[in-house]
Amino acid sequence: MAKPTDLVQGTLDLLMLKTLALQPMHGWGIAQRIRQVSKDVLQVNQGALYPALHRLEQQGWIRAKWGESENNRRAKFYSLTPDGAKYLRQEQAQWKRLSLAIELVLETP
Amino acid sequence: MRWYYKLPLRLRSIFHKKRAELDLSEELQFHLQNQIDEYVAQGMNPKEARHAALRSLGGIEQAKEECRDERKVNLIENFLQDVRFGLRLLRRSPGFSLLAILCLTLGIGANAAVFSWIEGILFRPYPAVAHQERLVAIGGTSRDEPLGTPLSWPDFQDLQRSCTLCETLFVSKITGTTLSIGDRAERTTGSIVSANYFDAIGVPLMLGRGFLPGEDQGQSAHPIAVISYQLWQGRFRGDPQIVGKTQRLNGVMHTIVGVAREGFYGTFVGWGMNFWVPASMEDIFESGGYKLEDRGARWIEAYARLKPGVTFAQAQQEFAAISGLLEAEYPATNRGRAIRFWPLWQTPFNNAGTLLPTLEIMLAVVAFVLLIACANVGNLLLVRSFARRHEMSVRLAVGAGRARLWKQLLTEGLLLSLFGAAGGLLVAYWCRHALVLLFPARGGVQMHLPGEIDWRVLALSAGVCLATTLLMGLVPALQTGKIDLAQSMKMESAGMVGGRGRAWVRSGLVLVQVSLSFVLLVGVGLLMQSLLKVRTASPGFNTRGVQDTAIDLVSAGYTPARAQTFQDALLERVRALPGVESAAFAKMTPLSYVSSATAPIVVDGYQPPPEESPTVEYNEVGDNYFVTMGIPLVAGREFTRADDEKAALVAVVNETMAQRYWQGRSTLGQRLQLKGRWMQVVGIAKDSKYSSVREKPTPFFFVPLRQNSLRGSVLNIRTPLAPHTTATAIAREVHALDSNVAPYEVITMQEQLDRSTSAQMVAVTLVGILGALALVLAAIGLYGVMSYAVSQSTRELGLRMALGAGASNLLRLVLSRGLALTGAGVMLGAAAALLLTHLLGNLLYKVSPRDPVVFGCAFAVMALVSVAACLLPAWRAARTDPIRALRTQ
Repeated sequence: MAKPTDLVQGTLDLLMLKTLALQPMHGWGIAQRIRQVSKDVLQVNQGALYPALHRLEQQGWIRAKWGESENNRRAKFYSLTPDGAKYLRQEQAQWKRLSLAIELVLETP
Repeated sequence: MRWYYKLPLRLRSIFHKKRAELDLSEELQFHLQNQIDEYVAQGMNPKEARHAALRSLGGIEQAKEECRDERKVNLIENFLQDVRFGLRLLRRSPGFSLLAILCLTLGIGANAAVFSWIEGILFRPYPAVAHQERLVAIGGTSRDEPLGTPLSWPDFQDLQRSCTLCETLFVSKITGTTLSIGDRAERTTGSIVSANYFDAIGVPLMLGRGFLPGEDQGQSAHPIAVISYQLWQGRFRGDPQIVGKTQRLNGVMHTIVGVAREGFYGTFVGWGMNFWVPASMEDIFESGGYKLEDRGARWIEAYARLKPGVTFAQAQQEFAAISGLLEAEYPATNRGRAIRFWPLWQTPFNNAGTLLPTLEIMLAVVAFVLLIACANVGNLLLVRSFARRHEMSVRLAVGAGRARLWKQLLTEGLLLSLFGAAGGLLVAYWCRHALVLLFPARGGVQMHLPGEIDWRVLALSAGVCLATTLLMGLVPALQTGKIDLAQSMKMESAGMVGGRGRAWVRSGLVLVQVSLSFVLLVGVGLLMQSLLKVRTASPGFNTRGVQDTAIDLVSAGYTPARAQTFQDALLERVRALPGVESAAFAKMTPLSYVSSATAPIVVDGYQPPPEESPTVEYNEVGDNYFVTMGIPLVAGREFTRADDEKAALVAVVNETMAQRYWQGRSTLGQRLQLKGRWMQVVGIAKDSKYSSVREKPTPFFFVPLRQNSLRGSVLNIRTPLAPHTTATAIAREVHALDSNVAPYEVITMQEQLDRSTSAQMVAVTLVGILGALALVLAAIGLYGVMSYAVSQSTRELGLRMALGAGASNLLRLVLSRGLALTGAGVMLGAAAALLLTHLLGNLLYKVSPRDPVVFGCAFAVMALVSVAACLLPAWRAARTDPIRALRTQ
């Protein structure tokens, strides 16, 4: 299985962290939320979702805790750590700068 | 990123593996279930929905594996797996494992032992002393003696006053005395120290006090002493009331003011110190009288601790500046002289300097031994890797990466070297005091040369262990790189004796072993040759027929007058003993560890050049000394009974001195001045050796005991009797005169000479032991390669036999292959030895580093050993049964 490229991976991390910033959530919920919010434009590759979550957990950006899902199943809920929140702010700013720059380049007649 | 997030997660992954795995599958299961629910809601049937869900996840096991990768579980997992596998392999072939571990234990152990000696003797020689890394040894230099002379007390004090880059400076000069406590008298060593000694080294006392400022001044002004813990326990039975009690040291009652702490042995490499007296007591312990106010009397050995951050170069510069000032101010005594320091491991005035070259050579030798051991283990691993080629091929075929295989092979190597290192450290631990055993006790005083196994030694050994792993693990690992899958899955082809192909690696390893052991053999040979030369070299006096002993009357409390009467009476009795040809008293024995007195002299009619202030060593000797010692006189006469305090002062000079100061003019009748007294030269003695067999001819002179200190306690006896016979006779005579006095051991001058060359002896012994070890290892390697080659080529041998080759042909075939290998190794080794042996430098004495005899002997030994190693495989080859050989393959 091909690994997502760095850009995609970095983007996925950013999207997941942003989603978790709103409330603790399980993997399935994160994928659903990203899809809904992006109006079905962004489809999270499910194969990449869990490795990404485990990586973020290893890095200390997010923390996992077992809990009960809306349909009463045992599910692993992830939440943002303070370090993760800081990292998210940095990455968000970085992303804004980048997209602004790309826009500038593309808009130039 | 933060460890406090990471650590619990990692630990959980390793120690709660089951729990973590369960969590992982439950998490994925939850996702899958939700996806299935969604698909079902979209109208799929449950079975279809499940398949679709699995597809969209990309396979549940794959997802799990990727999660594990993210958690870095696999890295640890694989390692643990390799360790378990490696251990199983080791257990399965105990013979191989034992041999490999033994080789490594010897290799690593030898290294660790030498490291511990270097640490304990050269770098951290003084247990309990603070900040040894900034400690340096101070000495003087002059034009004649660039390698270090003692200092004078006034020079030291000036240095102490004006040195700004040193935190502290202190004096520690070795001395000795005869301790009589109760009914036992024995020799013991101690130090004459400056008053700041215990504060300067930062060693607190266990009982009582150290010395107070000012207690190191005045002639014999402060008869006080601090004793060692060992002495306190051993000789004073740990008496808690010891402080304030008195003890006679060198004839003077000293008050014991303190006891040093346990584990402190003073500041001298080689002997443990048992007592310390302030410098004011110098004239009681030193020859040459009161010297604290004499700038010309150089007798002090000192140390300094540099301030933190001060470099050696800066401090050396300041020392040079200070000695320059002293030279300008006191030209009479300091002309041409300088003060400098040496790092502790180069200390010129204790055994650090003597042992340094030996330990340096040892370091190279143990590295050789380790390389040879590695080559052996590498060879063993290689043989095993051939046997495991099928296993490797299968693993590669089912998709293991080569990197994964390498990791496994390296892990196996690491396991071996870890076991080897553990064994090696044990060996080092047992050997840490072994160096002392090689040195003979001198007059009852045993040397003290402890190894030190601290974290630095452990770290170095760990480094060696890792390097070993890489070296050995690399060989089979590289071999896997060459596995051709298609080829090796097919039948193995039979080999040939010394055939091409992979055998070259093994042969290469043996080549290295043979050449390294050849170099070691040459080294051992050269050292043995020079030891022989040193020990048989004529020191200029009779070594076989002269014995010496000593009677320490001063320590026994004799006044000079009483001592004189005693000595006269004893001499008369000894000379009358049957078998004694002649006997004479002297102040010191040549080649003993007690250095000769040295003093500035004035020579009548000799105008010293401006940069020179003549200082010459001398000895005080009794009548008949030269006859007794067998030192021939070139001209004039020797001292007689008539040269006493009432007669005109006389001296005998040696040839070098006559040459140096009177330049061929008739020396007899000339005058020289010592300590303000003029004396006439009445004789010229042939040069002999005074403090070391290896010294160059040095100026030296003799003065009669009776006209000087009267403190000669050494008794030289010329006799063909055995030393123990003389010893009983002398003990009897001494007891007859005074039952409280006991003589020292009686030894021949040859023994004295042998003891003085013990550093060479130690070098030869150590290098010899390790050289033999290396030779055995190399022989094992050669044997292994040859017997493997024979076992792999039974078919070829069988064919040759079937075609008419006789047993002797096959024997010769295998032998010649083995010897060809040795021959190549020896050529390589000889080339290396020619380049390397000059590094033995100072340890060689009158032997060329390229001595052809030694090279020839090494060649012969190597040839013999390799024939022996090849004989068994060759014999086995010769007994090949052609029918069986051809049938089985």
